[in-house]
Amino acid sequence: MLQYIGRRLLVAIPTLFLVITAAFFMMRAAPGSPFDMDRKLSPEIEANVLAQFGMNKPLGEQYVDYLAGVVRGDLGPSLKYRDKSVLDIVKENYPVSLRLGFFAIAIASVVGVSLGVMAALRQNKLTDNVVMTVAILGVCIPTFVTAPLLVLGIASKLGWLPTAGWNDGALANMVLPIVVLALPQIAIISRLTRAGMIEVLHSNYVRTARAKGLPEGLIVRKHALRAAILPLVSYLGPACAGLITGSLVVERIFNLPGLGKFFVISALQRDYTVVMGMVIFYAGLILVLNLVADLLYAVLDPRVRLA
Amino acid sequence: MILASARVETITKAQSVQGRSLWEDARRRLMRNKAAVAGMLTLAFLVLAAVVGPWLSPFTYDQVNKSDVWLPPLANGHLMGSDALGRDLLTRLLIGLRVSLAIGFVATFVSLVIGVAWGAVAGYVGGKLDEVMMRFVDVLYSLPFIFFVILLMVTFGSNIILIFVAIGAVEWLTMSRIVRGQTLTLKHKEFVEAARASGLHRGAIIARHIVPNLLGPVVVYVTLTIPAVILAESFLSFLGLGVQPPMASLGALIAGGASDMELAPWLLIFPSIVMVTTLMSFNFIGDGLRDAIDPKDR
Repeated sequence: MLQYIGRRLLVAIPTLFLVITAAFFMMRAAPGSPFDMDRKLSPEIEANVLAQFGMNKPLGEQYVDYLAGVVRGDLGPSLKYRDKSVLDIVKENYPVSLRLGFFAIAIASVVGVSLGVMAALRQNKLTDNVVMTVAILGVCIPTFVTAPLLVLGIASKLGWLPTAGWNDGALANMVLPIVVLALPQIAIISRLTRAGMIEVLHSNYVRTARAKGLPEGLIVRKHALRAAILPLVSYLGPACAGLITGSLVVERIFNLPGLGKFFVISALQRDYTVVMGMVIFYAGLILVLNLVADLLYAVLDPRVRLA
Repeated sequence: MILASARVETITKAQSVQGRSLWEDARRRLMRNKAAVAGMLTLAFLVLAAVVGPWLSPFTYDQVNKSDVWLPPLANGHLMGSDALGRDLLTRLLIGLRVSLAIGFVATFVSLVIGVAWGAVAGYVGGKLDEVMMRFVDVLYSLPFIFFVILLMVTFGSNIILIFVAIGAVEWLTMSRIVRGQTLTLKHKEFVEAARASGLHRGAIIARHIVPNLLGPVVVYVTLTIPAVILAESFLSFLGLGVQPPMASLGALIAGGASDMELAPWLLIFPSIVMVTTLMSFNFIGDGLRDAIDPKDR
């Protein structure tokens, strides 16, 4: 097990290196610079500013400097937000994204698994059809459609919830963003659970449990459900990638101070270090989550051997 | 004489009964699937509207009408109303649908070509090469790809060709995995071995036995990739990185509608309906195809 973790982490290093290299040179290939402003800087000042951030050196040298910084855990200063390092920005804004993402995935898991089990137990009946139709709708309606429509209906016209803003994480402000993030996940999770459940309910050990005369509720809860939700564990990684993508849209629409909002703005403003820092942060996050998912899977399913 | 003609008759009869290929079977199953048929009809209608619709409209997608600003639906000849510049929403929607569908088809084709070539080579050749190629896919899989697409758009500016390439380059990963897995299992199937034993040469085995069996899952995945691509493009357009105005795509229209929704909700609602209808018809067709081609999953 430890050996497996070690090997996976070893593979993660070249992956991260690839990510950093690609992002670094793509960012630098973009026309413009972070110091382009409406007012043209005088050449002397511009030279000073560039020197201050080490950007007067040749690109190759800057790349090596940056890599060295990353190894030391230093992602550099932001080029646009004065007096803030990239780590500061991540630390300040990530908790908002994390909180939204966590609640979204928690709610999506509970609702999605319940719907999936209900649908599987009444396969091809009305409940099943309703749940599966809702699931298809959930997959087909993108976050950037649900978000404005919910704001228009529930917040604007009915006035039940605030339309936007964070308000220090007040519950009312979080409801709509979480719902928007959770909906597509609910759809996917309920489909996965239904498929897993239907397969498991036809398996031999469930038949054995039935033959023993166990009550149906117990079979579903204790025997079938455990095996049926296993595929969900390996969905953890993609789900988080989906949440991150969703957060780019949701944080923009609801004007939330999360990390997702920064990426597009920083990329457009050529804030090299912030963009790089976010790419590294999210790539690392996804790598770790994928590893956790694989480990969990091996722990939960004794048939899986880590190789 | 009579006997012979009777025999001919029975033979032709037998052939006409036998003459139902796997694909014919799949087609029949697909046609019995109401959701899939509804999806196909809807999609046919949408494609027709996107191709022909803009020519029939009295307006053009970028025609600014100073007198027709913010018109609600049905006013002054604008069936779906008009936007802040007095442009006809229906015409823009048809053009946007055309752009989104085109991106969906082309980028999916890009991903299909790369994915099938990559997966088939890895699967056929096997060994070390297979390992290296698939490890490469694994590494790419674990990246937050949307960030790279955003970076690409920022770096090289948004133009439609780049959108095709960027999205196609992201979507080929799953395709290559599916193709490789399929190739691997097919290589050792009894019917392939039987074909080999009966002296069929390699090219014929691939053409007659491997490709048709590979095609099923690939076709299913293609129909599910197209909506994913349309979604990805709309996502970029929503963030302001995709198709640039005055050109429209479904995502660009929804983004525009979302910012003006208090004043003119129709600008948000109509594009959203078209977007969801398009994605749903593709998904219904994809699900129907999967059930039809691979009946053991039902």
